[in-house]
Amino acid sequence: MKKAALIILVCANLLIAHTCYARDNSILVQSTTSTANSGLYDYLLPLFEDSTGIKVNVVAVGTGQAIRNASNCDADVLLVHAKTAEEKFVSDGYGIKRHNLMYNDFIIVGPAEDPANIHGLTDATTALTKIAANKSIFASRGDNSGTHKKEVQLWNKTSIDPTDNSGKWYRETGSGMGATLNISIGMGAYALTDRATWINFKNRANHQILVEGDDQLFNQYGVTVINDAKCPDSNTAQAKLFVDWLISTEGQTLIGNYRLKDQQLFYPNSQTEQ
Amino acid sequence: MISFTEIFSEFTALLAGPDPDLLEIVFLSLKVSLTATLLACLAGLPLGALLAMTKFRGKWMLTVLVNTLMGMPPVVLGLMVYLLLSRSGPMGFLQLLYTPAAMIIAQTALVLPIVTALTRQLIEDSWKDYREPLQSLCVTPMGCVRTLLWDNRVSLLTISLAGFSRAISEVGAVIVVGGNIDHLTRVMTTAIALETSKGDLALALALGFILLFIALFVNAIVYGVRARVA
Repeated sequence: MKKAALIILVCANLLIAHTCYARDNSILVQSTTSTANSGLYDYLLPLFEDSTGIKVNVVAVGTGQAIRNASNCDADVLLVHAKTAEEKFVSDGYGIKRHNLMYNDFIIVGPAEDPANIHGLTDATTALTKIAANKSIFASRGDNSGTHKKEVQLWNKTSIDPTDNSGKWYRETGSGMGATLNISIGMGAYALTDRATWINFKNRANHQILVEGDDQLFNQYGVTVINDAKCPDSNTAQAKLFVDWLISTEGQTLIGNYRLKDQQLFYPNSQTEQ
Repeated sequence: MISFTEIFSEFTALLAGPDPDLLEIVFLSLKVSLTATLLACLAGLPLGALLAMTKFRGKWMLTVLVNTLMGMPPVVLGLMVYLLLSRSGPMGFLQLLYTPAAMIIAQTALVLPIVTALTRQLIEDSWKDYREPLQSLCVTPMGCVRTLLWDNRVSLLTISLAGFSRAISEVGAVIVVGGNIDHLTRVMTTAIALETSKGDLALALALGFILLFIALFVNAIVYGVRARVA
């Protein structure tokens, strides 16, 4: 039994040792997936960490879940792409201030055969109307993420309620962007995606970009420091340093310089009107 | 679709030049799942034996409950641990969320019912067969538990392997409480989920084979140990 007691002691020590490096000199970012999957953080964060010594830990989940986790105070910084929801987050007292960070755009991808004949359209709502009229399969995130919110906005403009056909031609995956793209490729379905995820996505099969360049497909990313008045345990001071660096000329230039497969993924715009 | 050669070349590349990032992920997977299995065995083996040897009212209900908990969906358990460890949760002051410790806690809770339920069944059967000769050997109840556990050590090793297999292969709990943070809480299964979400199915599958090889390695070691203690 002495042996067992010793083992338990060692294990307890292991557990405690793990806790120590959790929050010292580090901040926690709840983030949308596209910024992580596109490699932006792998490029940006070491630069910030080297100059400040602050470790940035990123939890990449959908925008909806990121906001929920941050509302449980499990974050120091929120970096997502759903402006209305972010503004509500701030007005509810969870965030100090929301800043525009950067933008890119959404695109509609689909099989090269293009059964709904939407290739080349520059109006996303017309494209969705044609997909619905043709009852072509459309894979929706269905997870309250930033991309899903944008998709719902677009459907609202068409005055079609696709959820009437949920399970028929309208398939709500309830999954992340990557999983939804994998599903849409498996089913030969259309899908709305952000451009950064698509550029970095490897399993494209014969799917391609069919609709792009519509102003309605604008995709704005925002960044918010969590309010320590609401979440007293949060590391507000270092979170502010990080966000100030992101929206500074230096951070913005770096974001604009990030390229993947010879394409610019994110366009900095912290200086623009909120 | 991806071809077998594509997966194989990813796999050999991973094996040939094990980059530090991959080794870090492999090491963390082993650390988390082995620690969780060890903790679950330390509690689950005596608990299972006690449950087998004692008689009390409602014993069948407890037995059915423990058996049912073997089927706990990892993501549900992950959510429960998340709510417990969240900064706004009751144990938030420990600041354990998104650390390997949180992952160990979640996996321990996943493995514990498996070890307890299987141990109970094993000891109950052996208790039936050897009750009389054993009763003369075990004076105190704890001594009895020790004797029974020691006598069944070979089978119990297999039970602990079943627990380890559950831990090393699950993704639902560790992704919720660990957050898949690079260089902090990323393990093999969450890395596989990440590569799948990037559409890099060849790399995801290659990582899956690496994970199987790790499991093979652990199983081989345990097999060797079992041969020696038997």
